[in-house]
Amino acid sequence: MAVEKRVVFRSRWLPWLLLAPQGVVIAVFFFWPAGQALLQSLQQSDAFGGSVSWVGLDNFRALWSDPVYLASFKTTVIFSVLVVVLGMSLSLLLAVFADRVVRGSSLYKTLLIWPYAVPPAIAGVLWLFMFSPSVGIVSYWLHALGIPWNSLLDSTDAMALIVIAAVWQQISYNFLFFLAGLASIPKSLIEAAAIDGARPWRRFWTIQLPLLSPTVFFLISINAVYAFLETFPIVDAATQGGPGTSTSIMVYKLVYDFKALDLNNSAAQSVVLMLILVAVTIVQFKYVENKVHY
Amino acid sequence: MKLKLQLTAAAFALACALPMQAQAQAPIQIQWWHSMSGPLGEWVTDLAKGFNESQKEYEVVPTYKGSYDDSMAAGIAAYRAGNAPNIMQVFEVGTATMMASKGAIVPVWKIMQEGGQKFDVKSYIPAVASYYTASNGQMLSLPFNSSTTVFFYNKDAFKAAGLDPDKAPLTWEEVKADAIKLKASGSKCPLTTSWESWTQLESFSAWHNVPFASHNNGFGGTAARLEFNGPLQVRHIQDLANMEKEGLFVYKGRGNVPDAAFISGDCAMSMGSSSTYGQLKNVAKFAFALSPLPYYADVKGAPQNTIIGGASLWAMAGKPAAQNKGVAAFFAYLSSPEVQAASHQRTGYLPITTAAYELTEKSGYYQKNPGTDVAVNQMVRKTTDKSRGIRLGNYLQIRAIINEELEQVWSGKKTAKQALDTAVERGNVLLARFQQANKG
Amino acid sequence: MVERSPKLDFLAHVILILGVVVIAFPLYVAIVASTHTAAEIFQSPMPMLPGPHLVQNYREALLGTGNAMGSNAPVARMMFVSLVMALTIAIGKIVISLLSAFAVVYFRFPFRMLCFWAIFVTLMLPVEVRVGPTYHVVASLGLINTFAGMTIPLIASATATFLFRQFFLTVPEELVEAARMDGAGPMRFFWDILVPLSSTSIAALFVIQFIYGWTQYLWPLIATTSDNMYPIVIGIRYMMAGGESLTPWNLVMATAMLAMIPPALVVILMQKWFVKGLVDTEK
Repeated sequence: MAVEKRVVFRSRWLPWLLLAPQGVVIAVFFFWPAGQALLQSLQQSDAFGGSVSWVGLDNFRALWSDPVYLASFKTTVIFSVLVVVLGMSLSLLLAVFADRVVRGSSLYKTLLIWPYAVPPAIAGVLWLFMFSPSVGIVSYWLHALGIPWNSLLDSTDAMALIVIAAVWQQISYNFLFFLAGLASIPKSLIEAAAIDGARPWRRFWTIQLPLLSPTVFFLISINAVYAFLETFPIVDAATQGGPGTSTSIMVYKLVYDFKALDLNNSAAQSVVLMLILVAVTIVQFKYVENKVHY
Repeated sequence: MKLKLQLTAAAFALACALPMQAQAQAPIQIQWWHSMSGPLGEWVTDLAKGFNESQKEYEVVPTYKGSYDDSMAAGIAAYRAGNAPNIMQVFEVGTATMMASKGAIVPVWKIMQEGGQKFDVKSYIPAVASYYTASNGQMLSLPFNSSTTVFFYNKDAFKAAGLDPDKAPLTWEEVKADAIKLKASGSKCPLTTSWESWTQLESFSAWHNVPFASHNNGFGGTAARLEFNGPLQVRHIQDLANMEKEGLFVYKGRGNVPDAAFISGDCAMSMGSSSTYGQLKNVAKFAFALSPLPYYADVKGAPQNTIIGGASLWAMAGKPAAQNKGVAAFFAYLSSPEVQAASHQRTGYLPITTAAYELTEKSGYYQKNPGTDVAVNQMVRKTTDKSRGIRLGNYLQIRAIINEELEQVWSGKKTAKQALDTAVERGNVLLARFQQANKG
Repeated sequence: MVERSPKLDFLAHVILILGVVVIAFPLYVAIVASTHTAAEIFQSPMPMLPGPHLVQNYREALLGTGNAMGSNAPVARMMFVSLVMALTIAIGKIVISLLSAFAVVYFRFPFRMLCFWAIFVTLMLPVEVRVGPTYHVVASLGLINTFAGMTIPLIASATATFLFRQFFLTVPEELVEAARMDGAGPMRFFWDILVPLSSTSIAALFVIQFIYGWTQYLWPLIATTSDNMYPIVIGIRYMMAGGESLTPWNLVMATAMLAMIPPALVVILMQKWFVKGLVDTEK
């Protein structure tokens, strides 16, 4: 990792002491249970753990020979790219403008952050109220406008629905961090540039965005993790992976199989998903972080 | 001085003895994990209260543990950590998993026997109890909230279409004819269905006495494989697909989402769970009626009986004998005719004993609430090997596969035969895996 | 902001209003649903204007008609549990992440980057999958049904550490040099300079982690065996009948709205901290 501080403190034991709280917690409550969970991917057992047998890579071979599983790679990539790109650009737009206006600024900010507090269980139900092809209000309006909206049978409509729902869930999150990032840019820099004659558009590209780049980098990683790992409740509420398997993203199938108590299979899927995410993150750190201004 | 000492000693002895007394009288707690929320949650709480107030030895403590799949995951995690509850409510599709578990559960007949409770399998309604019974007739879990598949129709819509609102379509030919008339009168959705796997394939197969899977639909062991791509089922799904092309059948989603389409008056006819009756009664703004599932008149042996849905109660193993006795007592209380009849009338779920059914009938309940006996009537008959129920492993995933493949048919991407064949193929992979995982 | 540009200001307001309408629309639907009866909500399409049943629904949600509100646990108790969870998780995460990020950025020691990656990789496994084994660990520590058992496993995450790392890397080197020249040790630097500088990040994280802790569903469900340790989100789910029965959507939405008041307050309060942080940064 190329990014480092030039000036540091010297101490043999202090860094370890500082890391200890987080280290202990993740050793006990993450690595140990995660290890157990991943071990299951190499076994074949019944749900209650009564009869466990070692099968090596058989579960992985079974995944590889399932065309439906392989097809879900493509679905997941499309979904994740859309969610990350749309989620970040829309919230950046809103954050820049919210940072700029003086009147009503805190009202806007509150109204745009507050939706993050909607528990996913409730959010899922709300989407159903709005987009359900039979009783949803938005469906009603779309039909009235002559748009044949049917997320039950049309794959594109279904994908649009889960992308919209997933982006909606994250906009408040991204918006909040962009606001924090913008707030920590010294006003003096902006004023100096304005005095030099730079218009707002130019100021955005040459000052604000570069200084926001640590936040952008942070959010890309977090949004990628979100899109890959945390969107099960949305798909479950909105389309259940349908129609057919056209919105069955990898995490949806994984968690569904887990809830169906197919533990070894879903453990194998988790390993695959985790490896993909690690690879994506390494690429990000190697290539994207070089462009970040610290 | 001595007296004081004696008195103090006596007081001390008394003080020590009192807590012991209190302990001896504290009822033994029975932990019951369930997934009943909303008004059904109130029903569960009232059942526990009724039992607790009827005797002093045991106290049943019901705890809501999330939806069926969440609570099953919680129960299994707890079991693995040695912390399982006494009673778990598990949905019908989890039956194979519970059954195949080695030593994790105590079968109902055993716990009743050891608890000294009277227990006669024959007093239970055949089609309800058979789902949870082993091939040798021994009951494994106690049916708790059982519903079955029924047909609903909107009487007001029928009248507007010129159909007799009191005449339910009994055969599929009649359904199609009625749908055509409804469409002509302007209905945008003459027919839909909820729980498509349950209503159009599982119950459908049992209703027509054709196999859904080999080895008696899985009752004969984990070597069972799927067979629902037989000629009759293919014919039926293709019929629905053709009806869809003509605008007579409209697909409204998976699970119970389509219920909203019927309740709102959007769809005129639908098939789904008998327990929707309560909702309909409270919320629908039109007259409606229930009737049995339609059947194909040219199939011999139809109509047979339908398959139940819902959940049952399992007694978990590894608990002290005193607690097991309490579980048995509670099960006996739940099965008593009065409690059963009251539950049935309150929730719309099926009564599980014949005595409860007769008690309800005698009270005139079915006359006052027409249509509520439809569900029961479908179940009070002797079951065949092909209609007792379904016992297949990894069944949640198989249902998902069925949903996925049927949606390909509804969106015009596959024919019924292609979809059902693929579903059987994909499902059998899961069954083979379940067989291997639960060997020995 | 800096210059008067009415056209740009107008555009900003338009976009912001559009944003608010789109983002807050589902909330509006929830509010409307909480003011009607269950029957009215089921009509197609659902009414778009608030109905007359607001007081009735909210009173029922708060006081409960018998057992309408989650087995035997009253709303107040559940809100309390949620509050303790949310505060503990938010504060816990921020404290340990500040320490870890400080260590990783400002020190050189063997396995430094490995530690950072070990922390970061905790984000990469979906929580549902490790719930069972985590339950086992918590049970063996005897922490089932305790606040500790419900919160400590959730403090394990890496988002906060990552964010602080990003922020610390932007802090000018001159500040550290100045501190060292003044003879200040690392912890002095940490308390007197670094933490105050990080206030906007801390404020943002506090909002996020508080809401994260407030909306936890699966873990509290599994890690507790008695419903008086249930947070309010489970209570709301308890009111939503799944599968086969009548859900009182109007009551569910009313309860959800009540449950969203504390997070909303946190958001509003944190805004003040943002502004204060801003003032501090103008060094």
